[in-house]
Amino acid sequence: MRFTSHRDFARAFERALRRAGVPVAFSQGFTPHPKISYASAAPTGVASEAEYLEIGLREPVDAEQLRAALDAALSPGLDVLEVVVAAGGGLADRIEASHWRIELPQVDPDILAKAVAAFSAVEEVLVERMTKQGRRTFDARAAVIGIDVMSPSATPSGDPAVPCAILELVVRQVTPSVRPDDVLSGLRVVAGLEPPVAPKVIRLAQGPLTAQGAIGDPLDADRDGATIGGR
Amino acid sequence: MSVPSTTPRPVAANSVWPQLEPLLPQVTKPIQYVGGELGAVVKDWDSATVRWALMYPDAYEVGLPNQGVQILYEVLNELPDVLAERTYAVWPDLEALMRAQGVPQFTVDAHRPVRDFDLFGISFATELGYTNLLTAIDLAGVPLLAADRTDADPVIVAGGHAAFNPEPIADFVDAAVLGDGEEAVLEITTIVREWKAEGCPGGRDELLLRLARTESVYVPRFYDVDYLPDGRIQRVVPNRADVPFRVHKRTTMDLDAWPYPKKPLVPLAETVHERYAVEIFRGCTRGCRFCQAGMITRPVRERSITTVGQMVQQGLEFSGFHEVGLLSLSSADHSEIGDMCSGLAEQYQGTNVSLSLPSTRVDAFNIDLAQELSRNGRRTGLTFAPEGGSERIRKVINKMVSKEDLIRTVVTAYTNGWRQVKLYFMCGLPTETDADVLEIADMAHEVIRAGRAATGSKDIRCTVSIGGFVPKPHTPFQWASMERPEVIDHRLKLLKQAINADRSLGRAIGYRYHDGEPSLIEGLLSRGDRRVGAVIRRVWEQGGRFDGWSEHFSYQRWVDAAAEVLPGFGVDLDWYTTRQRDELEVLPWDHLDSGLDKDWLWQDWQDSLGEYEQDDCRWTPCFDCGVCPTMDTEIQIGPTGRKLLPLTPVNGLKLPTGAQQ
Repeated sequence: MRFTSHRDFARAFERALRRAGVPVAFSQGFTPHPKISYASAAPTGVASEAEYLEIGLREPVDAEQLRAALDAALSPGLDVLEVVVAAGGGLADRIEASHWRIELPQVDPDILAKAVAAFSAVEEVLVERMTKQGRRTFDARAAVIGIDVMSPSATPSGDPAVPCAILELVVRQVTPSVRPDDVLSGLRVVAGLEPPVAPKVIRLAQGPLTAQGAIGDPLDADRDGATIGGR
Repeated sequence: MSVPSTTPRPVAANSVWPQLEPLLPQVTKPIQYVGGELGAVVKDWDSATVRWALMYPDAYEVGLPNQGVQILYEVLNELPDVLAERTYAVWPDLEALMRAQGVPQFTVDAHRPVRDFDLFGISFATELGYTNLLTAIDLAGVPLLAADRTDADPVIVAGGHAAFNPEPIADFVDAAVLGDGEEAVLEITTIVREWKAEGCPGGRDELLLRLARTESVYVPRFYDVDYLPDGRIQRVVPNRADVPFRVHKRTTMDLDAWPYPKKPLVPLAETVHERYAVEIFRGCTRGCRFCQAGMITRPVRERSITTVGQMVQQGLEFSGFHEVGLLSLSSADHSEIGDMCSGLAEQYQGTNVSLSLPSTRVDAFNIDLAQELSRNGRRTGLTFAPEGGSERIRKVINKMVSKEDLIRTVVTAYTNGWRQVKLYFMCGLPTETDADVLEIADMAHEVIRAGRAATGSKDIRCTVSIGGFVPKPHTPFQWASMERPEVIDHRLKLLKQAINADRSLGRAIGYRYHDGEPSLIEGLLSRGDRRVGAVIRRVWEQGGRFDGWSEHFSYQRWVDAAAEVLPGFGVDLDWYTTRQRDELEVLPWDHLDSGLDKDWLWQDWQDSLGEYEQDDCRWTPCFDCGVCPTMDTEIQIGPTGRKLLPLTPVNGLKLPTGAQQ
């Protein structure tokens, strides 16, 4: 599932809405589009446990029934965990930061720790990435609020026999966006860290940033105290 | 929403996924190699007795929507002891990584190595997929030449329209099936199942012999080809007892009994067709002389309006698609196309589901149809194919459409809200002159003039799209010579100038065309014999891949390979392409029976040169093309007189069964 691009996901989601019989609202015009807005999509190749989107409906439906119908209509590996009625205000505005976990197979945790220390010690780390506008250089350091090497006891998802270093990041939503691979580029720039095999990246959470630098639940504002649906 | 990476899909015992996954972040569009489509089936390996790997030899985005593969996939997987998985051509970036890391050709369903399967079926819609066949065989770790394979290798079976002349790939495939696949794969499965139950007596050779004895599976190794000193074929004869002199095509009768696909594959990746496609009939007897599909799929067999309605309802519910494609070789010719379109438009009113007829004849399109197709909002593209620019050349190719018909039809489309129509023509047809092609410009000018007059608007356009003519086996043009690419390219240039001669009209006309060069190579492959196999192999060794893609196709590579290999046989590229054959020449596919009587084909070729037209046997008496009596088939058409009933409105959410309210 992590190889699904955002466009692929959006198309699959629209089809799932049809299969589930969701009374989705359409835009006006010659080629009407369903009213869906996606908040901060994860990059292709990255798994996620926390994606959010808003759907405009023609008529009210029960939130938990909508969750169950959509969840059943989506491919295995795409799960709908919770649906709430929007209380107003854009969802996208509430996404201030993301919490990522990066698994680096065949990387020694001590070497990673040294690279992280070097990264944390500086104010700015310039990295390059190809964007739609061409090659861009930007700072990958300032947006990083938290960067920690996790203890090896946090078992990775792959083969337990292969050593694996694990990095967790909290990164602020900025423009241009700083993605986990940009931070890895930063570690290469400051400490020459070159993972021998492709890292596995997972988004663990995204939402508003608390004063303590933790990530809150972006749906809290809609929830009226009582939680709808299990979490 | 969540995408749990910590609980991946269960990995099959023989899966190459652990080796493949680390390569995927390094390639373009990795999603195409992941599988997991809605409608995909993953079965337990050990519970299956007969295992098929099915391939469409092009990129996933082109191969996934292929109807043939989807139908066979579903038909086979419905059997409890049979397992079918799919594989597609991998792009060169992944191919290089797979070679470096030793990852074999894999299926996308459970990522199993293709070599582990009993059968490897490949569907060829076009000959330009042949180099991709070699890549897949080689990546699978299977010997390229059928003669070098052992009992540990799958039996490689070719199908699809190109299999009506599989001679150019005869060295690389073990067998070929002509015609409709639904029943053929079941028969092959039965033979393999029995042979395995008996303990595989006689090994691979015995299995192939059993397949050949069905008289509908062609096993090239059981036939010898002798050549004359001048390079022509002397004869093709069986080299084993019990092997039939001719192999016959399969015809599936009663399409209502085969309502596939029921569960269409819905990919996560973007593909070329994003729609629920249902074949509304198979076969076509319009008799266009260039059209191989129309010749080899006779007779016409309609699917009834009620079966189509039911398939659309179930297919949309299952898939969530919002476009329905009513497929056939000439969809507006269905005896109940009007009721079908209005019934479907009525049923899906207000749901944003749109209908499209991908192949619409100029003379069968009318206002009612136009309105039904545009009723639910979005208008899908309209393409009409007059094929020939002049009345004379249309008589040669038997495309009986008048210029007046065309203008009237296109104006109908413009007045019904279409702003853009596409007109498709061919260049390089037998007897064609510059003048025939230049008439395309007059036709396009008149279309725009009439359209502007009828709509009072300058905001209408048409696109003239030109394809190169390629003579195909089992058609009246199988004897015809091809035009040189230089001549074609010059004609196309003259046409462009003629279109733009009037600047006001020219601005409203788009012009798309293919160069003559790829067509010449397609001509080599489509009418080639076994000696052409050496050219294919040489091109592949030199890096030839994805020849159907202009950015990957190299004309020079083919010309060089032909010049290197063919003189050894006393022939050359021109001999296969620009040479006209005479009546008595043994053609490489004469031992493969499409049902068409060779004498009738020759007569139709002579009629073509005399500009004499042939009617459609659906509406006029039989003209003895030979298919129905030799194949024991008959025309199956309506009208049934039935109508599509309104659907019971399904309101509200579709909750999973057993879910708590």
